[in-house]
Amino acid sequence: MIAQTLPANAGLYLSAILFAIGVAGVMIRRNAIILFMCIELMLNAANLAFVWFSPFAGVQGQVFVFFVIAVAAAEAAVGLAIILAVFRHKETVNINEFSLLRF
Amino acid sequence: MLQHTTEAVGAHGTFHPFLLGWIVLLPLLGFLINGVLALMWWRRGPAPAGPEPSEQEAHAHGGDAHPGVEEQHPAPLDKPWTRTLPSLVAPGVVLAAFAIALVNFWGMLGAELHEPVIERYWSWMPVGSLQVDAALQLDQLSMLMTLIITGVGALIHVFSVGYMREDPGYPRYMAYLNLFIFFMLVLVLGASYPVMFVGWEGVGLCSYLLIGFWFKEQANADAGKKAFIVNRIGDAGFLIAMMLMFANLGTLSFSEVFAAAPGGLAYGGVVVTAVCLFLFLGAAGKSAQIPLYIWLPDAMAGPTPVSALIHAATMVTAGVYLVVRSSVLFTMAPTASLVVALIGALTAIFAATIGLKQWDIKKVLAYSTVSQLGFMFAAVGMGAYVAGVFHLMTHAFFKACLFLGSGAVIYAMHHALHATHNPADAQDMRNMGGLKRYLPVTFATMGIATLAIAGVPPFAGFFSKDEIIGAAWLGAGGTSPMAQATLLGIPGTAVMGFIGGTLTIAALLTAFYMGRMMLYTFFGPNRTGAEEERHLHEAGPTMTVPLVALATLSAVGGFLNVEHEVPIVGWFDFGQGAALHHWLHPVIAGSEEVVRANLGELMEPHHAWWPIVLAIVIGVGGLLLARALLNPDALRPAGVEPDYTSAPERVLYNKYWIDELYHALVVRPVNVVSQVFYRVFDRGIIDGIVDGGARMLQGIGLYTGTRVQTGQTNTYAFVIIIGVLVVLGAFTL
Amino acid sequence: MLGLSEILFYFFGGMAVVSAVAMITRENPVASALWLIMTFFSLAAIYTLLGAYFIGIIQILVYAGAIMVLFLFVIMLLNLGNEYEPDIRGKTWLAMGAGSGLVLLGLLARMFSGETAPLGRQAGPRALANHVADVGVVNVIGLPLYRDYMVSLQATAILLLIACIGAVVLAKRKF
Repeated sequence: MIAQTLPANAGLYLSAILFAIGVAGVMIRRNAIILFMCIELMLNAANLAFVWFSPFAGVQGQVFVFFVIAVAAAEAAVGLAIILAVFRHKETVNINEFSLLRF
Repeated sequence: MLQHTTEAVGAHGTFHPFLLGWIVLLPLLGFLINGVLALMWWRRGPAPAGPEPSEQEAHAHGGDAHPGVEEQHPAPLDKPWTRTLPSLVAPGVVLAAFAIALVNFWGMLGAELHEPVIERYWSWMPVGSLQVDAALQLDQLSMLMTLIITGVGALIHVFSVGYMREDPGYPRYMAYLNLFIFFMLVLVLGASYPVMFVGWEGVGLCSYLLIGFWFKEQANADAGKKAFIVNRIGDAGFLIAMMLMFANLGTLSFSEVFAAAPGGLAYGGVVVTAVCLFLFLGAAGKSAQIPLYIWLPDAMAGPTPVSALIHAATMVTAGVYLVVRSSVLFTMAPTASLVVALIGALTAIFAATIGLKQWDIKKVLAYSTVSQLGFMFAAVGMGAYVAGVFHLMTHAFFKACLFLGSGAVIYAMHHALHATHNPADAQDMRNMGGLKRYLPVTFATMGIATLAIAGVPPFAGFFSKDEIIGAAWLGAGGTSPMAQATLLGIPGTAVMGFIGGTLTIAALLTAFYMGRMMLYTFFGPNRTGAEEERHLHEAGPTMTVPLVALATLSAVGGFLNVEHEVPIVGWFDFGQGAALHHWLHPVIAGSEEVVRANLGELMEPHHAWWPIVLAIVIGVGGLLLARALLNPDALRPAGVEPDYTSAPERVLYNKYWIDELYHALVVRPVNVVSQVFYRVFDRGIIDGIVDGGARMLQGIGLYTGTRVQTGQTNTYAFVIIIGVLVVLGAFTL
Repeated sequence: MLGLSEILFYFFGGMAVVSAVAMITRENPVASALWLIMTFFSLAAIYTLLGAYFIGIIQILVYAGAIMVLFLFVIMLLNLGNEYEPDIRGKTWLAMGAGSGLVLLGLLARMFSGETAPLGRQAGPRALANHVADVGVVNVIGLPLYRDYMVSLQATAILLLIACIGAVVLAKRKF
C-alpha cells in the first residue's frame, strides 16, 4: 500500500520538523551520548526526505538511505568507542569537560 | 582499457590492426618490471663494497669511463637475477613489440590503406569544445617509424646487455631504456597533437634521465639538465602551435586538423605560417637544429648505447617526423617551409665544420648527427617529405651502427686502460690508432657505416642523401611547391639553389670528418701504450651481433627507394623501384592535394646526371681527401699531441664558442635578472606580504581565538547552525 | 476524505515528532534512548507507507535493533541510567536552541513549499508501485546498488571494517 493522496510535501515538512528538533537537541544538551542520538535523529530526517523523493526522482534516493544507514552505524560504533575511552579518563560524559584541545 | 573500438575511416580493404595497443604497452611492462628490480636493488644496498674510483681518475677517463668499473667489487647484495632478468626482459619486450609491428606491417602490405586506422581507447580531455581522445593512429608513416624504433631499438637493447651488464645501475638503465621506447611509440603512434606531446615530453624525460645516468659526476648531471632545459624552449613552441591550431581550427586530432586546415586557413597566411614556425621551434629543440642544437653534443655524457638509440636513431628524428606528419600545414606555409629548409641546411654545414676538428670520438658522431638532421630538415622543408623520411631511416641504420661501434671501441679502450690503471681518456682518438688489428668486426661494421654516411654507392646513405641534394637542385629549377614562395624577398628557387650548394659542401665535409675519424681510430700505429695494447680485444657476441645487423642494414637499406628515372641511381633498381615513395604516398597525399588546389600541376622534374656524379665524387673524394691530407702515423697520444694552435682550427675545436656565447647572452642575464627578482621581488615583496599576512592573522587569532574557542561543544554547534541558517537563508529568501 | 494510509501517515508522523521532542527533553539517558527508538519505529512505518519496504525493514533491523542497542549498552556500561547528572542547559541556551530550531524549520518549510514532484503528485508513487511489483521489493534497491553503486558499496564495506577495528582499538583498555 503506497500513500498516493498525501498533500504536497507532507513528508518533507515532517523531515524538516525532525531535523529542527535534532538541531535544538544538540544545542541544549551536554550529555555526549544524547548529542549522538540527536545527530542520528538528524540523519534520519534527511533519510526521510530521500525516501519521500524517491517516487519522483528515482530509486537512487533509497540507495543513498542505505549508505547513510551504513555510515551512521560506523559513526555510532566509533563515536561510542571514543566516548567510552574519554569516560575512562574523565569519569564523565559531559562534553564541556572535554576541552583538552582548547587553545 | 583494451576494450576499444576500431574506427574504420574510409575504405581500407580488410586491414585490422593486430594488438596495436600491445606494441605500446609491452615496453611499458618491461619498464615496470625493470623499475621494480631497480628499486629493490637500490633498497637492498646501493653502495658498492669497494672504494669509489677517485674523482681524478673518473674525470680523466671521460664521460663513458664507467662500464666495467665495478666488475672487481660488485655490490654487496648483488644477486644473479638482478642482472639476468633485465637482460632477458628488456630486449624481450622490445623484440615482442617488433614482432607485433611486423605482423601489422604484413597486414598493411596486403591492404590498400588510404586513410589512417584510428583506435580510440578512452576520452582523455573532454573540456568544453576541446575533445582529446586517448587514441592511437596507425598509418604508413607511423608504421615505418614503429619498425625503426622497435627494430633498431631491439638491437641496441641487445648491445646494451653486453655494454652495461657490469654497471651497478643496470636494472635502472634497462628500465629507462624501456620507458623511452614506450614514450617514443606513443609519440609516433599518437592520433592527435596532445597525445604526441605526451610522448614528446616523455622521451625528453627519458633522455634527461639517461644523459645524467652517471649522475654522481657533476658534468653528466649538468649535461642532462642542459638537454632538458633547451628542449623546454622548443616545447613551448610546440604548445603555442597547438594552441594556435585549436584557436583557429577547433580540433587537435591529426585527421581532423588536416581535413579542416585547407579550407579553414588561408594558403600561405599568417596563421598557418605561425603554426608551422612554432611547430618547427619544437622540432628544432628536439632535433637539435640551430639555434637549439647545443644540447646534443653534451648529451654524449650518457652511455653510448643511449647515444645510439636516443640521440641518433630515434628521438632526435622526432622533429622530422613532426614536420612530415604535419606536411599538410607545412605545404600550406611555403615561407615557413623555406625557413625550415634553410635552417636545416645551415645546421648541416655548421655542425659538419665543427665535426672536422673534434678529438672525442663521440663528439664527432654527435656533430655528425646534428649535421645529418640538418639534411633531413632541408629535405622536408623543400617539400621532399619522402626523401627526409628516407634519410631518417638510413641514418637510423648507419648512425646507430657508428655509435654502437664507437661504444665497442670505448669499451675495449676502457678495459685496456682500466686493466693497467692508466688514467688516459678512453674516448680521445689521439689515444687510439691501429685498432683494426684488435677490433676487426667493429672495424668492418663501422667501415660499412662510414661508407654509407659518406654517400658512397651503393650503400644506404648514397641514395637518401642524393635524393635530398637532388631535391634541392630540382627545387632550384622550380619543381618544388616552395619554389614560388619568397623568403625575405628572396625567391624560393634561389634559396633552394643556395641550400643545394650548402648541402653539397656539407656532404663533402661529412665524408672528410668520417674519414678522419676512421683513420685516426683504426689506422696507423697504436697510441694506447705498449702495456695496454695487450688488453685490447673485441667484446662478446651481444655487442658484435647488433653491429653486424646494423651494418647489413646500412649496406642494403638504400635499395628501398630507388628512382628508376634518375641516372646512375636507376642502375640499382632491382624491380623494387621507389618502394618507400609508394608506401608513404597516402601519408603525404593531403599535402599534394594542397599543392594541386593552390599551385596547379607542378613542373615535371627533369633529372640531370651531373648532380649524381657530383654526389659520388664528393662522397668518395671526401674520404680520399682525408686519407691524403691527414697522417695518423704522425699523431701522438693526448697530452703529448698539442691542441690546435692556428686560429681557424681553434675556432672549430671550440665549436665557434657558441656555448660561451649563449652563456654570456642568455644564461648570465637570466641569472642576474633572477637574482634581482629573488632578492627584491621574492624576498622583499612576496615574502613580505605572506609573512605580514601570517603575522596579522596570528595577532587576530591570538586575540579572538581565546575568546571564541570556549571549548564548549554547544557553542560550536551554535556557530555551525548559524552558518547553516545563513546559507539556507541566502538560498530561500 | 482521508484514506487509511493517510491516517496512518499522520498518526506515525505525529508520533515521530512527539517522541523526538520527548527524546531531547528527558533527563534520563535511558529514557531518551527509548524515545528515540520510538521515533525510529514511526519512521520505519512511514517508509513502508511510502513504498520503501526494504528501507523500512533495514530501519528497524539496523537502527532500532543494532545501533540503539549499542547506545543503550554504552549508557548502561557507564552506569548513566542511575547516576546521571542533569545535563539540560539553562534558559538562555533553551531559548537559543528553540529559536534556531524554529528559524531553521521556517527556512526549510519555505524551501519545501515549492513544487517538488515533477511527475505529478499521483504518477510518481504509482510508477514506483508498478516498479516494485515488477522486480520485487529487494531488487528495487538491490539492482542499482550492485550495478551502479558497486564501488560505493565496496567502499562502505571497507569503511565498516575500519570502523570495527577503530572501535576495538579505541575502546580497548591497554594499548
